[in-house]
Amino acid sequence: MIKLPRTLVFGSILFFTFLIAALISFLWTPADVEILNITSRFKLPSAINWFGTDHFGRDIFSMIMVGARTSIAVAIVAVGIGILLGVPLGLWAASHHGHWLDDLIMRGNDLVFAFPSLIIAILITAVFGPSAFNAIIAIGIFNVPVFARISRGGALSIWTLDYILSARVAGKRSFRISAEHILPNIANLLIVQGTIQFSLGILAEAALSYVGLGVQPPTPSWGRMLADSQTMISFAPHLALFPGFAIILTVLGLNLMGDGLRDILDPRIRRTQR
Amino acid sequence: MTLLEVQNLNVSIHDTKVLENISFSVNEGEIYGIVGESGSGKSMTALALMGLLPDGATVTGSAILSNTNLLEISEAQMCSFRGNTIGMIFQEPMTALNPVQTIGNQVAETLIIHDRAKRSEALKIAREKLNRVGLTEDQFPLDKYPHELSGGQRQRVAIALAIAMRPKILIADEPTTALDVTTQSQILNLLKSLVKEEKMALILITHDLAVVSGLADNVAVMQTGKIVEAGYTNKVFREMKHEYTRQLFSASNHTPVRTQKLEEIPLLEIKNVVRNYKLPRESIFARPKTFPAVRDISFTLRKGENLGLVGESGCGKSTLTRAILGLEELQGGEIKLEGDVVTAGKKLNAKIRRKMQVVFQDPFGSFNPRHKIGRLISEPFYLMQYKPTRDEVKREISDALINVGLNLDDADKYIHEFSGGQRQRIAIARALIIKPSLIVLDEAVSALDVSIRAQVLDLLAELSSKFNLSYLFISHDLSVVRNITDRVLVMKSGEIVESGDTQKVFDNPQHEYTKELIAATPILPKHLN
Amino acid sequence: MLYFAFTRLISLSLSLIAASVVIFSVIEIIPGDPASFMLGINAQPDTIAALREQLGLNGSLISRYFSWVFGMLTGDFGISYTYRVPVSELILARVWISLPLAIYALAISTLIAFPVGLIAAANRGKPVDLAIMGTTQLGVAIPNFWFAMILVLVFAINLRWFSAGGFPGWDEGLLLSIKSLTLPAIALALPQASILARIMRSSILDTLNQDYIRTARAKGLNQRQAIWRHALKNAMIPVLTIIGMQFSFLMAGAIIIENVFFLPGLGRLIFQGITQRDLIVVESVVMLLVFAVIIVTFIVDLTYAAVDPRLRRK
Repeated sequence: MIKLPRTLVFGSILFFTFLIAALISFLWTPADVEILNITSRFKLPSAINWFGTDHFGRDIFSMIMVGARTSIAVAIVAVGIGILLGVPLGLWAASHHGHWLDDLIMRGNDLVFAFPSLIIAILITAVFGPSAFNAIIAIGIFNVPVFARISRGGALSIWTLDYILSARVAGKRSFRISAEHILPNIANLLIVQGTIQFSLGILAEAALSYVGLGVQPPTPSWGRMLADSQTMISFAPHLALFPGFAIILTVLGLNLMGDGLRDILDPRIRRTQR
Repeated sequence: MTLLEVQNLNVSIHDTKVLENISFSVNEGEIYGIVGESGSGKSMTALALMGLLPDGATVTGSAILSNTNLLEISEAQMCSFRGNTIGMIFQEPMTALNPVQTIGNQVAETLIIHDRAKRSEALKIAREKLNRVGLTEDQFPLDKYPHELSGGQRQRVAIALAIAMRPKILIADEPTTALDVTTQSQILNLLKSLVKEEKMALILITHDLAVVSGLADNVAVMQTGKIVEAGYTNKVFREMKHEYTRQLFSASNHTPVRTQKLEEIPLLEIKNVVRNYKLPRESIFARPKTFPAVRDISFTLRKGENLGLVGESGCGKSTLTRAILGLEELQGGEIKLEGDVVTAGKKLNAKIRRKMQVVFQDPFGSFNPRHKIGRLISEPFYLMQYKPTRDEVKREISDALINVGLNLDDADKYIHEFSGGQRQRIAIARALIIKPSLIVLDEAVSALDVSIRAQVLDLLAELSSKFNLSYLFISHDLSVVRNITDRVLVMKSGEIVESGDTQKVFDNPQHEYTKELIAATPILPKHLN
Repeated sequence: MLYFAFTRLISLSLSLIAASVVIFSVIEIIPGDPASFMLGINAQPDTIAALREQLGLNGSLISRYFSWVFGMLTGDFGISYTYRVPVSELILARVWISLPLAIYALAISTLIAFPVGLIAAANRGKPVDLAIMGTTQLGVAIPNFWFAMILVLVFAINLRWFSAGGFPGWDEGLLLSIKSLTLPAIALALPQASILARIMRSSILDTLNQDYIRTARAKGLNQRQAIWRHALKNAMIPVLTIIGMQFSFLMAGAIIIENVFFLPGLGRLIFQGITQRDLIVVESVVMLLVFAVIIVTFIVDLTYAAVDPRLRRK
């Protein structure tokens, strides 16, 4: 049994706490987030409301749980888009290195990089209106060149190795080689990058919701909780602190997981390569 | 006069003993050779003397230089010794220099660091030193960058910066292993002349017995962290008191026994083959030039023959190899295997591919680290027209493993569980499994230790008799080619400059270049008197 | 070097053209008819027709695209539908807040990250390094707008060292304006600095593993000298590209941060444009932002070649 690094353990605990909270929220939350209870608004954390209540009297703890759904769902689908479109693109480019196809794909990548997710979200929202779907597309689009670049980089360094030459001598063509030999060997790279993009996705979703371009009310989202709390921060700071901590801890958890995964996955590669 | 006296040097790294009771002494003006295979500890000895051992190393013993025990002084004191009294050059010249600093600055830095001169003075001295190592001002001004120099030239710069302060001792750790034969002899001659003129001592670390026997006054033979035999070079190689020295010596000169019969049937025919590469544009308006990697080459390999192809890096042998394997498009000529034409690119002909296989040089990059051995060895079955059943494949895998001297259960292991020599055996198993007629060995033994190399060559000889195989041996190492081939082709700049029976070519070379190559190759005499 | 700059310039122009095509397509083609989109569902046909005429929407797509591009090159970004003033005026007023903010944040970020990353790398494994790694690990997880809110809470509301928002205008004084940009810049800079410091650290550590560092040590350089004279310059090279990319994130971040501090910058302009369906404003500001990012990438590429001699052709 391999000894798991502390970063992986600690990070997983943090992240999975929020994931489990998000899943549980489908079945149960301490209070119903849709019910407004003006009489008990701005309550500080207590035995009834673990994180207190907001300006509409809603239970903040429950809102954090439901908000976790949004953040995680948006971020994970965005990573999915990035991987499903970006990785084949990157592998394709690498197998045609030196060919104009490779240059074209790289130029395309650079172009998308000039548009930060926020800008893409602005463009889409200006035309289609704000929604969670648009946030997913905007963040997802930006993930594509990230994964394309990483897969291409990893693939290029493998293409020069002799076992690829062996495969070509055995008559295998680029597509088969990319699938059978290259992809399994860049999998580790992709897993680590996946956790990083996941955490960036959470931050991006929060930012988009904060400026109103993401998921719309009444669906709770951490970003919008922060936007709402802004004017009341001087007398009810807990409205801003809890959602903030939720974002920080989830992102931190994912980043630690990424670090830990890198530690267990990499040395094995290093060992096999001398 | 004794310059360096090493006594009972012991090194452990994290509780693993790396060097045990190493003792030797080096005199002024002497070349001291330390010879051994990988893992013998020869590099560790050098690093111990320089105080450059990795973290976690514990060192005991003494190494007295200029009345100081190098092993007991502080890091700050050691810094004043390094580059000043004792210098070192390393194996890989391509990465030994800072890519963003000019060569002039890098040589001058040694002088500046030791407060020998201010910048302008140091640059003047740097110029002298670069001249001294053979890099003259007209071609190598001080503001050149390392990436503009070849491997041999970079090694010269490394030597210049190591001797800039005229150290008493220079340690050279495998300084020529990564270089071509002709460059190697130039660098070794340079080192020899420096020793003579500067009255410097040289500790030459190498795995190559031939190099050591030609150059070193005294030699120490190392095995797993110990010196097993030491003394005057001639004496050591004449008497060979220790078993390991004998083993090393015989392995270096090893000629495998071959019982293969040579038939006059042509197996591989290369006729007027031409391969040009397109170069990237020089400027936006210039037309792209072409580089002729292979220019009009013709030769024939007969059934049962071991044919050698020798040449230095850049001569085009890799390109030719890939063309033979059907991986490169030709701009002229044709390649035939058993009468069928080998065409590259999209129109790959599996029928022809089946008849030839390849073994590569690098045992570490030759296999996909994520596949099991069984899967790795059976990859060539992809070429078969009628795919064998799972049981048939399993049987073939077992047979192949046994034929190369490995075990049946190795099929379920991963490649990182095997040593370099074992990996080459696995590579041979992979080449063998579909019973080809021709195996191309592309520097297949170059990266192996001498004793392992001898075993692998024996295996190859045995297999060629058993399975009626013919070999095309591609190598830059003339001494290996001499011992195992029937005929040899000498390649330079895309052309074959000489060809003929191996013995005849080596004993009586005709072409200038062949003569140059043979003269530059260090020879280990079969018997020393 | 000249050839390199030339190829990069071509690259730059192509990127700008491609970006403009993308923006134009999204804004003017996808919604169908921009005029009816802007006016909403209840608009009368004659109002729509009038707007179409005013916006020049009756020409072909190609001619509209070229007149848009040509307009931008001459500084004409069209007339804002909501404010009825030239968009260029609106942009000019606000770019002098957003751009200085981004640059201020970039400066703080690099000034902190470089020494911190260097110290961490030089003291690998020691308490200083662990502390830095821990802090930066936290720093990259903090959303900059949340951090901004906390800064406002602590420094503006409680300590009263800074105002809670707003911008006095450059005419009111240089120092005063910089003061009002300071909290926003810090909020923007700190997460970015954390990322940059970590990258700096790993870049230096990678460089320290290279053979030429061993050569330097063998010459007699001590660890500190080896880092300073050899490792640093080489380590900077990959870090430079990251800084270029950071600029685009900084611009995006600046837009969001302006919201926290009520700064009348490009952010406010763009979000109002979205709510009011003022496509002209949105189109122009997005083009400007993308332009800024592409220019900065170009400059970074040039610096790259200036630092790394291997990229310069003879």
